[in-house]
Amino acid sequence: MKQRIYMDHTASMPVDPRVLEAMLPYFAEKYGNPSSVHSWGTEPRKALENARAEIANLIGAKKSEEIFFTSGGTESTNIAIKGVANRNKDRGNHIVTTSIEHMSVINPCKSLVKQGFEVTFVPVDRYGVVDLQALENAITDKTTLVSVAYANGEIGTIQPIREISEIIHRKGALLHVDAVAACGQIPINVQTDNIDLMSVSSNDMYGPRGVGALYACTGTRIEPIIQGGGQERGLRSGTENIPGIVGMGKAAEIAKAEMRNEGERLASLRDRLTRGVLKSVPASFLNGHPSKRLPNNANLRFSYIEGESLILSLDMQGIACSSGSACTSKTLEPSHVLLAIGLKHEDAHGSLLFTLGRQNTQEDVDHVVNALPDIVKRLRAISPLTPKEMLQ
Amino acid sequence: MYTDKVLDHFRNPRNMGEIPDADGIGTVGNPVCGDLMSIYIKVKDNRIEDIKFKTFGCGAAIATSSMITELAKGKTLDEAMKISRGDVASSLDGLPPIKMHCSNLAADGLHAAIQDYLKKKGAEK
Repeated sequence: MKQRIYMDHTASMPVDPRVLEAMLPYFAEKYGNPSSVHSWGTEPRKALENARAEIANLIGAKKSEEIFFTSGGTESTNIAIKGVANRNKDRGNHIVTTSIEHMSVINPCKSLVKQGFEVTFVPVDRYGVVDLQALENAITDKTTLVSVAYANGEIGTIQPIREISEIIHRKGALLHVDAVAACGQIPINVQTDNIDLMSVSSNDMYGPRGVGALYACTGTRIEPIIQGGGQERGLRSGTENIPGIVGMGKAAEIAKAEMRNEGERLASLRDRLTRGVLKSVPASFLNGHPSKRLPNNANLRFSYIEGESLILSLDMQGIACSSGSACTSKTLEPSHVLLAIGLKHEDAHGSLLFTLGRQNTQEDVDHVVNALPDIVKRLRAISPLTPKEMLQ
Repeated sequence: MYTDKVLDHFRNPRNMGEIPDADGIGTVGNPVCGDLMSIYIKVKDNRIEDIKFKTFGCGAAIATSSMITELAKGKTLDEAMKISRGDVASSLDGLPPIKMHCSNLAADGLHAAIQDYLKKKGAEK
């Protein structure tokens, strides 16, 4: 059988078998509601609090009560941004974020603009690192919240979060960190990094989809979005998704234990992939920061050709990855992240994103490095943009 | 996402390349939008005797370019002018809705090549 290689872990990750095993009893055996007074609720309630403690432990939260379970990273981010902005309206109506945030940050910010809030998007440099001076200048006495991703899910660049939080707190605003791409990949400590709110997702650390968490430092004023029975201390009503939460807790426990070794292994595979491709394919480039990047992220750019046709060609050889090309988006615009780091539209179209995972091996990387040159060559032969001398 | 026919034309594009002494060349699209295609035609006795293409773009852009060369080859100029975007899409057993206008430029490219030929021919007289 043809080798199948999945290198699109930013799109979706498999659930770790140990996670799945931990979840299974909570569907049909231990199905009680954690809010119940009777004994059916006892075990699910314990499992819920145990998972909360695992998330708190993974991110270095002081208390597990600072963890609130949600339906995923997108919901956590929505609660953080809209909930903090609305609850702190008496203090100001200004939000600051960056030009490379995920749509789950950008779109809530845009919806706040319609309600009369002001939003400033701070630029980044050509590696995707936030311009700290521009950030400092953007924060006014009306700024209540600043939202910055710990690491960018597309180009992998890791932000200097500690410096960012120092600037923000000096200016008297709160910091929300979107850690969906980073959490479980690199060590994060909300206390030493001085983070007020942080969004994390279960599936991005080999847990099930449909569950995530928001860390909110004790005393942070947030208005709930989903209201009802008052679960999650009133911040997120709705009967808890116990199997999902148990899965996320187990995923966090595994990430905590294995992150160091796995991160080193992935970073070495990532570098092998990047070096191999840049060496064997002419006019190919790395997007994002050369060293301050997520261990699993290799975002590569190929001149004169378009990313979707690269994905299709790779798929025909059993290799899965993503692209920042417009042709793979729903908006017909290339990735705003690639444009924000200064790429021209036509170059942004030619980007490929490989995100590695636990199942990937050195053999997989070598297979991709061997497959890419011919694929690129074929598409360049079809493209009218390719310089004649390159085709000889 | 794509039909088998689209994937077939993407994998094995027909009539790919340039015609160095083309009678007409049509270039449509824009690399900024992610799609750019050039159609080259050779005309004899008012018929498209030869046709080739070069395309920068997604799978749909490459497949529609390939398909238009098959549809147009051997046709009279009048017949070729009548080939529409819809004809190209249906010959490929359909395209995803989002690709219908952005990447389905091949008919425009063919028409531009024919107009280029007619313009050059008019100038010769």
